[in-house]
Amino acid sequence: MTSISPGSEETLIDSSIKFQPERLINQIFRWVTIVMAVSVGVILLWITYSLLQIALPAIQAFGLGFLTNSTWNPVEEIYGTFPQIYGTILSAFLALLFAVPLGVGVAVFLTENFLPPKVVTPIAFIMELLAAIPSVVYGLWGIFVFLPAIRPALQVINKAFGWIPFFSTVPGGRHLFGASLVLAIMILPTIVAISRDTMTSLPPQLRQGAYGLGATRWETITRVLVPAGLSGIIGSVMLALGRAVGETMALAMLVGNANKANISWFSPASTIASLIANQFGEASGLQKSSLFYGALILMILTLLVNILAQMIVGRFQQVE
Amino acid sequence: MAHSSSQSDPLANQFAVSSKRKLFGNLMTALVFACVVIAAIPLLSILFMVITKGLAGLSPAVFTDLPPAAGVSGGGFRNAIIGTLLTCLIGALVSVPFGVLTAVYTIEFGRGNRLSQFVSFCTNILSGVPSIIAGLFAYGVVVLTTGSFSAVAGGIALSVLMLPIIIRTAEEGFKSIPRDTRLGAVGIGATNFQSVTQIILPAAMPFIATGVTLALARAAGETAPLLFTALFNQYDAKSIWEPTATLSVLIYNFAISPYKNQQALAWVAALIVVCLILVVSILARIVSRRKVY
Repeated sequence: MTSISPGSEETLIDSSIKFQPERLINQIFRWVTIVMAVSVGVILLWITYSLLQIALPAIQAFGLGFLTNSTWNPVEEIYGTFPQIYGTILSAFLALLFAVPLGVGVAVFLTENFLPPKVVTPIAFIMELLAAIPSVVYGLWGIFVFLPAIRPALQVINKAFGWIPFFSTVPGGRHLFGASLVLAIMILPTIVAISRDTMTSLPPQLRQGAYGLGATRWETITRVLVPAGLSGIIGSVMLALGRAVGETMALAMLVGNANKANISWFSPASTIASLIANQFGEASGLQKSSLFYGALILMILTLLVNILAQMIVGRFQQVE
Repeated sequence: MAHSSSQSDPLANQFAVSSKRKLFGNLMTALVFACVVIAAIPLLSILFMVITKGLAGLSPAVFTDLPPAAGVSGGGFRNAIIGTLLTCLIGALVSVPFGVLTAVYTIEFGRGNRLSQFVSFCTNILSGVPSIIAGLFAYGVVVLTTGSFSAVAGGIALSVLMLPIIIRTAEEGFKSIPRDTRLGAVGIGATNFQSVTQIILPAAMPFIATGVTLALARAAGETAPLLFTALFNQYDAKSIWEPTATLSVLIYNFAISPYKNQQALAWVAALIVVCLILVVSILARIVSRRKVY
């Protein structure tokens, strides 16, 4: 994908045309493309700047206390996003907990010839389809199909394991746990796609060598192939994490929007993105500014995750 | 595979796979199959529900009527269908020239140099920006300056999300063109401008078309960036500078409404959006097969 290219040999060569207007057009065209290329970076800065500009009153009013304060009170104009940050991180963590083993399992299934390609290709296609379905449709499905379907099972868990703090509330209509499961389904295709690419791009000698030493298929997979592709898999997990942290619609519809950090996974919660989606319509003044402050935190969070993911995936490609 | 061990040869047993290792293998195989089944269930359920519930509510009125008020029966969402097409079109108009020209620089003029490495880093970061932040950006830049929610603001928000997809696919397209083609163009005296516009762009067209369709498929389903930019409109928008209804925002509004009729319409809208995305994605696959090089 972003392999290091052999440099200027591949690029265009300036021809020595003498006709002035054409040279001028050529120069203008070159500069237009440079301006466009630079603008991609400018847009990133512009996004950060425009968030910062509107968030400034809230940053001045609350400072870093915004991160640890759990009141969200539009009447007294006191805002803090601790419950949202907690909800964002916990929901992303739970989603990864379910999606990573599943995704790696599916990726192994798709690359290791367990079944003939005739069967595998449609499954791979279905996985790609899963990625194309909009998050609002996942939310719709979650509200009317998924959450009602898992509710009895969660109630059983609550009855049996209610003494564990994580399961201590009786699951209501909407809760963090259900939202995280839907999130897991949404990020699954990302993990599958990149892990699969990594596994197929491993040199065949690795597999041949392992088989030659007498390893079984699964010993080859668990001790040679997965460790060899680990950085690609970790990169895919980081990208999925970035998506989970920034996901808005499915969470806004499913998480219950309770402005409280609760130890129990079965209680309603809130995330930064869902808070913005829910409150932005009615917000004004300092409240709107606080929402932009929240967005800025979200932006920094996803930036860090994504840069880390780029570095991990990039390192893997260099090793290749 | 070392599964076959002939009974007749005593030496073969020495190389046979022990039952413990076999058990481990079978267990893991079962586990992987279970993974696939578990992963497939939700998707099949989503597709099944969207198709059955969507078809149940589908009627010609859906395409011709306006969204119903709370508690009113019937109705449709012609304004939302038009709004979705309109915002996606505006998004494409902004992001396609921008993205293609950027790719022209990173591949044709400055392949591998500092600036194009920086640009591709920025592209990767941009593709990871949460969609709601694209919406807030367009709110701050377009809605606050023009003073009104509008299809233009929605389109700008979508273009931020479409841009990285278009840049990447266009880059792939330009990379696929062999060096001889460029040398040939220079050889017959073409300037860079002429060789890009008359030879390289047409040759990379299948890739660019794929990128545009993929970007459109993503934009058609996006909701978060439109919530505070295009907003929603109960009626037909009179111009692109007014609040505009879109299918995805309609699904959101109607899914969380308590009225059965609106919930049913949300499923119909979901069916239409998924069909739209499916058609566009399949189109992208067909287009990407027509490679020049």
